Amino acid sequence: MTEPTNVRIPHITVSQPSVNIAAEALEVPTGPSPVRDFLNRRSSGRVVDGIFGSAMFLAAISIFAIVVLIIFTLIHGSQLSIHAFGWKFFVKEIWDPVNGDFGAWTFIYGTVVSSLLALAMAVPLAIGVAVFLTEMCPKPLRTPISFLTELLAAIPSVVYGLWALFILVPIMRDRVGPFLTKTLGWTGFFGGDNFGIGMLTASVILAIMILPIISSITRDVMLAVPQNQREGMLALGATRWEMIRTGVLRNARIGIVGAVILGLGRALGETMAVTMVIGNRPQIVKSLFAPGYTLASVVANEFTEATDDTYVSALVEIGLALFLVTIVVNAIARMLVWAVTRGTPSRAH
Amino acid sequence: MNEMQNNAMRPPVRPSRTNAVVRQASDWVVTGLAVLSTFLVVAPLVAILTYLIYRGASSLNWAFFTQVPAPVGESGGGMANSIVGSAVILGLASSMGIPVGIAAGVYLAEYARGKVLGQAVRFTADVLNGVPSIVMGIAIYALIVMQQKHFSAFSGGVALAIMMVPTVTRTTEEMLMTVPNAVREAGYGLGVPKWRTIMSISLRTASPGIITGCMLAFARVAGETAPLMFTAFGNQFWSARLDQPMAALPLQIFVYAISPFDEWHRLAWAGALVLIVLIMVSVTLVRVAASRGIMKGNQ
Repeated sequence: MTEPTNVRIPHITVSQPSVNIAAEALEVPTGPSPVRDFLNRRSSGRVVDGIFGSAMFLAAISIFAIVVLIIFTLIHGSQLSIHAFGWKFFVKEIWDPVNGDFGAWTFIYGTVVSSLLALAMAVPLAIGVAVFLTEMCPKPLRTPISFLTELLAAIPSVVYGLWALFILVPIMRDRVGPFLTKTLGWTGFFGGDNFGIGMLTASVILAIMILPIISSITRDVMLAVPQNQREGMLALGATRWEMIRTGVLRNARIGIVGAVILGLGRALGETMAVTMVIGNRPQIVKSLFAPGYTLASVVANEFTEATDDTYVSALVEIGLALFLVTIVVNAIARMLVWAVTRGTPSRAH
Repeated sequence: MNEMQNNAMRPPVRPSRTNAVVRQASDWVVTGLAVLSTFLVVAPLVAILTYLIYRGASSLNWAFFTQVPAPVGESGGGMANSIVGSAVILGLASSMGIPVGIAAGVYLAEYARGKVLGQAVRFTADVLNGVPSIVMGIAIYALIVMQQKHFSAFSGGVALAIMMVPTVTRTTEEMLMTVPNAVREAGYGLGVPKWRTIMSISLRTASPGIITGCMLAFARVAGETAPLMFTAFGNQFWSARLDQPMAALPLQIFVYAISPFDEWHRLAWAGALVLIVLIMVSVTLVRVAASRGIMKGNQ
């Protein structure tokens, strides 16, 4: 026995004639070893490692399972309606629970119009905020303002709805509505009765709700643009706006489109606040003051009241459609955002 | 060399004076627009909070926290059962969603780095994150409520738990990625098995960030109404049974907000204030925790 050196573990002494530590550390020691025996005795062997690893694997797989289960359940639940109405379900304007005849076109129309209107209002503002925060804002103001915009995301949907119902609706009815009728009434979009409850108000509250996600992701992709792009533009004598336009926005445009689409996904599925102010009437009217109905709000309003099986099934089919559409929209958006921010530290949303 | 000199010798294009003025002016205009849009974004937030505090605080009283809703036509009453109900449902959701979420995050960061499967799970989690909450409500209704034949607090908890999973998974993964590999290698070098390294070294090092993620997920589902409409359903009375309908704060706010009674509107404002204070307290705690923890180096 040579003189014990280096490694000392209770009760065991190992001799260590080390030549090349790095090479040895890479190689997994095989065969009987007092160290391994010692560690194995302390219940830290391969079995526990295997169990732990498969538990983690199961958890990860369960995310797949959840999505598959949701899709399967929705397809199963909407069988009746799919068989009864087929593809025509999505282009029919009739929604007649009494006679059991259902079509989702008015809801699709309401969802698409309210979401696109919301995007039209939110996107310029969101990009403005992102530009301000990343390129212009004095440092001490940056954290509080981004904190405030993120607080907007923390407010529950139902609280937005409450606020919209009691504060925004009167404003839209008494101030904004008459103004729009006077200035833009000739277009036909702002005519007719204005009770404050309708498509336009729903779009405004939607815009407020999707602003934080669009602006925070736009900010992320703008931050992912390398600093030397900015410096290069400035060195060429560009003004700050020219630098932002050609150096930053141009490079980040794919990610910004992704952020906008992500916002669209949120808007399409938003339920509570929209349900509270859109008026919930299945109709297609040119005037934006008129009440409408969306896919999400018809489910929210009528699901618990639906008694007959076809009715429930039609509502589940609407849910299925909403699910598939948001999956596609989100998948596209994620890929676009990933394409830009890959390799830079991202944040959870 | 010659070419470079030629380039340097070429007289610079001198911008005309009006051009310079236009460029400078457009720079100012854009700066003004950016500032304006920031104001426009902050304004609704301030408006919402102001009204919430103004209308909510004036309706808050002791009865709000101690009584159940009063029958139609009677004044008074509170939301005590909804506050407790929300706490129960959220506790249920957290106890199911957070462990699964963390485990999936551990898998992504420690087992599946660079693997196709990991990428697929990550993507699915992001997609699941964007699923409308109302759809989650229908799915859980069909999966659990229809089987049990009645609404239950448990099904509400499951719906919220599923909504928590993606957020928790992604933050856990991101936080574990920030743990330096040398720390793990130190563990392996001492002969510590992988599971032990993950539990006592990786997860522990990343814990401030992971806790942050869990609280964000909690805050996000705490205000959810849509998934509870067809699952927990709401309840006007005290109920502690998980297999029975249970009241929840967001549900009660919704019911009261769309009711025609002023008294109930008043209670809805009070409920909204209580709900948002609870959520904001947790978000602020997150900020404090994050500023001390591992997130600091990340942002």
